[in-house]
Amino acid sequence: MNPFQYTRSSATGAAIQSLVKDPQAYLLAGGTNLIDLMKMGVVKPERLVDINQLPMKVVEKTVRGLRIGALVTNSELADHPLVLQDYPLLSLAINAGASPQLRNMATVGGNMMQRTRCGYFVDTAMPCNKREPGSGCGALGGYNRMHALFGASEHCIAVNPSDMCVAMVALDAVVHVKGPKGERVIPFGGFHRLPGDHAEKDNTLERTELITGVELPAAAAAFKGHVHYLKVRDRSSYAFALVSVAVALEMDGTMIKAARLAMGGVAHKPWRLHTVEEFLKGKTASDEVFAQAAKLAMQGAKAYQYNKFKLTLAPNAILLALQTATA
Amino acid sequence: MSIKQEHDTEQPGKEPGRHDGVLSGSRRDFLKQSSLLSAMALTPGAIVKAAEDQWDDKFADAAEKIPLTLEVNGVSYNVKVEPRVTLLDLLREQLHLTGSKKGCDRGQCGACTVHVNGIRINSCLSLAVTNEGKKITTIEGLAQGDQLHQMQEAFIKHDGFQCGYCTSGQIMSAVALVKEGRTTSREQISEFMSGNICRCGAYSNIVKAIEEAKNSKL
Repeated sequence: MNPFQYTRSSATGAAIQSLVKDPQAYLLAGGTNLIDLMKMGVVKPERLVDINQLPMKVVEKTVRGLRIGALVTNSELADHPLVLQDYPLLSLAINAGASPQLRNMATVGGNMMQRTRCGYFVDTAMPCNKREPGSGCGALGGYNRMHALFGASEHCIAVNPSDMCVAMVALDAVVHVKGPKGERVIPFGGFHRLPGDHAEKDNTLERTELITGVELPAAAAAFKGHVHYLKVRDRSSYAFALVSVAVALEMDGTMIKAARLAMGGVAHKPWRLHTVEEFLKGKTASDEVFAQAAKLAMQGAKAYQYNKFKLTLAPNAILLALQTATA
Repeated sequence: MSIKQEHDTEQPGKEPGRHDGVLSGSRRDFLKQSSLLSAMALTPGAIVKAAEDQWDDKFADAAEKIPLTLEVNGVSYNVKVEPRVTLLDLLREQLHLTGSKKGCDRGQCGACTVHVNGIRINSCLSLAVTNEGKKITTIEGLAQGDQLHQMQEAFIKHDGFQCGYCTSGQIMSAVALVKEGRTTSREQISEFMSGNICRCGAYSNIVKAIEEAKNSKL
């Protein structure tokens, strides 16, 4: 690991100022992704600003819903009584990711900021537009088994690796951020971005901004009765998703009043399925309807040499997730 | 229980929990000597490079050691560490607590699992400096004198290991697992032990050991 300067921030304003003053500074929270990337030489910060002392560790009910501090750990959030009670989908998704040890370290903000696990991004001998803009995409003509089906560009076909974020986007979470100009909110669906011409940019956070928290709307609790997070991976636990599906349904008997669906492992961002949600609204739950929904979800999918299997796997996963959520 | 003992690692006194077996001692000394030689061979080049890049000020700042106080297995330590030193490397190289193992060094295998304030984590991904004031428990801290922890006893009874390299991480994870209450079924034990990889494949015996030990008072 390259040497770096280490400072601790005890106030949010001071942490933001560190980012303003030093363009090479990175924020350190749980470190489960950043320290790994630093060991591999993928990122080489000259300064780490340890923000673990900042007061962002509370989960609390607000008038709008549930406010979650950016430094709440993944384990704390997955086990939180209010999350289990009102947003069980989030708990399922978090527990499907990483390992217990990593979830004990990783934070909500850090989970959102984690980088892709694309093999070309983490191998510094390979070209990668995300790591080194302009160097090309190694995955495009390479071993792209884990890669995107939706929203990719000629510059990058990597996927976002998070499970937590798939549930967050399905539940219409809102991201609270703070920068030198003050605070602003970003809808979760607008936080991560598609690669386009700037594969190096994973999200819409400004370099001098930090995430202070995430808020789940009270209305999303209406979906708590019928949820499922289906994660398909190469082994039964502790692996990144080939495809994952988050489903949350508001049911009236067998009628679907409203649906929320999102996928992981298929795009540069957690992939919300708005069209499918519209299609399911008002329909009576049946295997036939679910199969149509799964087919609809795949419109616009584009596979590469080694991930063609996802074109079959993804709709099957959607079908099974819908069946499980309504069982 | 907290025994207040100050250890200055620049001048180590008797190293806690270390047994200087002839074989392991000489192997470790050999490794230390060879890494020192490699470091000496590398140093001039690195300094020349730093000077060329006018990095000397930055280099000096970055290499500066930071004072750190933490408690390991009930013993308080005041140490100085470079910011890039992980908790695992601090435990093994400076405090000579070599029970926590370095497997992958990237949070994928779990061999480095320790408890920080009672919570299991991967010590290879935790910078030592972020553990200021924290209470660390390693595998060396489980036994009470000659009395092994119930989980250690259970691993021995059920042959929960073969080569033993992952074992200290498995046991630290298993002790935390029981405290977390994630032992309601074999499936749940397997799922919540998935952060500890065993290349020998002792998984079924590890699960048996945990099933037995969960009923003991921990």
